[in-house]
Amino acid sequence: MSTWHEYIQATGQIPEWPYPINYDKVNEVMADVLVIGGGVAGLQAAINAVKKGVKVAVAERGHAKRSGSGGAGVDHWHGAVTNPRSKVTPEDYTLGCYESMQGWTGGNVRYIITKESWDTLLECEKMGVQIRDVDDEFNGANFRDEETKLMFAYDYQSKHMLRIWGYDIKVKVYEEARRVGVDIYNRMMVTSLLNEGGKQGGRIIGATAVDTRTGEFNVFLAKATVIATGGAGRLTLFSPEMTASGAMSDMNSAGVGQAIGWNAGAEFVCMEGSGPGRLTGLGYAPYSMGNASNTYHGTPIIDADGKEIPWVDPFGRELNTVEDRFIPQKGQQFQLGIGIGISHTNKEFALNDISADLPERLRKGEFKLPLYADLTLLSENERRVIFGMMVGNEGKTRIPIYDTMTRAGFDPGKDMLQVPVMPLEGYFNSCYWSGGPNTPSTVRMLGGGGFLVDWNLRSNLEGLYIGAGNTLFGGGCHGESHTTGRYAGRHAAEYARTAPEPLANRQQIEAERNRAYTTVKQGKDGNGWKEINAAIARIMRDYCGRHKNEMTLNLGLRLLDELKTTELVSAYASNPHELGRLLECQALISVGELAIKSSLERKASNSVLDFHRLDYPEMDPPEWNKLLPIRQENNKVVIRELPLDFHLKAPYATSYEENYQRYA
Amino acid sequence: MSDKSYILPNPPTPNKAVEFNPGICIGCNLCVDVCPTDVMMPNPEKGKQPIVVYPEECWYCAGCVEECPRPGAITMLHPTQQRISVNWKRKDSGEYFRLGMKNPPPPNTRPPSG
Repeated sequence: MSTWHEYIQATGQIPEWPYPINYDKVNEVMADVLVIGGGVAGLQAAINAVKKGVKVAVAERGHAKRSGSGGAGVDHWHGAVTNPRSKVTPEDYTLGCYESMQGWTGGNVRYIITKESWDTLLECEKMGVQIRDVDDEFNGANFRDEETKLMFAYDYQSKHMLRIWGYDIKVKVYEEARRVGVDIYNRMMVTSLLNEGGKQGGRIIGATAVDTRTGEFNVFLAKATVIATGGAGRLTLFSPEMTASGAMSDMNSAGVGQAIGWNAGAEFVCMEGSGPGRLTGLGYAPYSMGNASNTYHGTPIIDADGKEIPWVDPFGRELNTVEDRFIPQKGQQFQLGIGIGISHTNKEFALNDISADLPERLRKGEFKLPLYADLTLLSENERRVIFGMMVGNEGKTRIPIYDTMTRAGFDPGKDMLQVPVMPLEGYFNSCYWSGGPNTPSTVRMLGGGGFLVDWNLRSNLEGLYIGAGNTLFGGGCHGESHTTGRYAGRHAAEYARTAPEPLANRQQIEAERNRAYTTVKQGKDGNGWKEINAAIARIMRDYCGRHKNEMTLNLGLRLLDELKTTELVSAYASNPHELGRLLECQALISVGELAIKSSLERKASNSVLDFHRLDYPEMDPPEWNKLLPIRQENNKVVIRELPLDFHLKAPYATSYEENYQRYA
Repeated sequence: MSDKSYILPNPPTPNKAVEFNPGICIGCNLCVDVCPTDVMMPNPEKGKQPIVVYPEECWYCAGCVEECPRPGAITMLHPTQQRISVNWKRKDSGEYFRLGMKNPPPPNTRPPSG
């Protein structure tokens, strides 16, 4: 007996809510630094703030031991350019990302990441994460350094991407946070940031949250706050019955950090950017099927008759050997990995891959479906490092894939893993499991935009710092989250050491408390959270999709407001779990408004942001080659203009390194 | 097991996400404690296995399985629509296998690296 249905069939009883509920109780927590979000970024922020001698509280949505997109593990670490074997400098790496994005990514954040990524990983090693082949399992492999025992990924020549055994990285970081004395508050659905004087745009002095087990209200007061939350996965697609198991972030990804920041007056850029929703979970169980991308990079793909699909370099030249797949080719200095928070990679930095004309060659009959990933063709070291080391340590692979599949008899030395059978255009991208044509073109994800921060990773608001993955303009994925979290935590603590005590505005807190509990205190006939969430996603798909104009965007805003003032305001939550989910719906609407309002302000189409204004169809007009920081003041939109290279202009120094030395 | 039929909503999709073995589970609720999305709730009867309440909120991180002190007490089950997709072919014999098949081949007992 495992499920609720089985329980009822067996006992005839409906089980009561297992935790004591007290919606009227208010708890107050005082800290020097409050960290919102207890994923890898948040815990790194907390650990590094504590090291500066301040008192730190973490407000975590789930349970910090295993929560967050990075909580399920990681198999490789990007941008470790200062490791002793790396042939790439922080400047080169930063420029590779910045130029690939034609300037549409935060250069300051990227440089900070490349300067400190390796140091951050070394600290993870001290916490107990295995980052070297200490057991000599891969002795003699061409991706292993004999002396340091570091294991390189993807580009074995440039050596700035490292393979690591990170299946338990979150547990180790969590244990370290506990050891150094971080106070962790789990099951906290954060509903708002507190501004000094209760005024939007004022200094941030804490936050409010609802406990999603007990329903109690928590007021956090802190001298400094770090937002370390994840993405807004439920904003444009809500179909968890189909997608939750295939997604690379969990259900708690509701854009809460962006929402509370936006409502408190924080500034954002590029929230008008979006991209195809490849990883929204409409594909297959991650890493469960044949593919040749990322974790499976280098894997031979064969057709139904055993004929191998050629690997090519980014310029389309066929590669002759397996070894060639892992080294830069003519015209390249080094290669960048994928999953580093940039949506474009210039050919001079791109990875080798399966030939992109595969769909056409399948259509012509040169290759026959189904395709297979044939790991048996690789050397034992390459095979084992892909299926055994990387699959086995990457997020959602140790139990869900390695353990599950080997128990079912799969042996990478004997078996060929089938690639999904799908419409031919799906074979354009070698990450075949991620969905391709299984994801309708209406489903898009926010891409590239986030909080605008300075060289301290501080937002425009005094006391508010950001350390996160894609919540941050210029951020990335797993390693980048650790690194920016660590940096933001340090800087928040430094500020907190001399900052004045937070003085709460009781009116702001009471107003927020009233707002937060509406849905548990009214008629029980209102909509549930899933109904509302699906409607939000519908509005965003229709009115903030690939093609927009001023009228459709305004209609979208109107409908979000309609939803807010009718279905959502009369919604009903029967327990604290549903209350948390409904509060997330309110956050999603805020993020939706932020995306639409940002879209209204950019009166030009933009290819890098994949932004198409039907009323301004000219692509990339030079006069719009600028960031448009957006924020709210007195609940009205305020826009300014900022050059793409603002991070190297006054008041900052003109070089990356000089700024880093000045601010780090 | 009660013989009565009840008015119940349809079973959710996926049905389970995880499955407990009541013979091994001691109801310690460590899995309940760490689940990021509260997929499971403690059983009203102390010492019994938790109840899976929100399987559609499970993102299959398997943190519950890793947290479990009693191997075999909890098993992660991919949704059938994903299990049915995981197919492989043995190179030398040409046999077809899939995740969840009735008569699976013997397990590959090699542990993961690290």
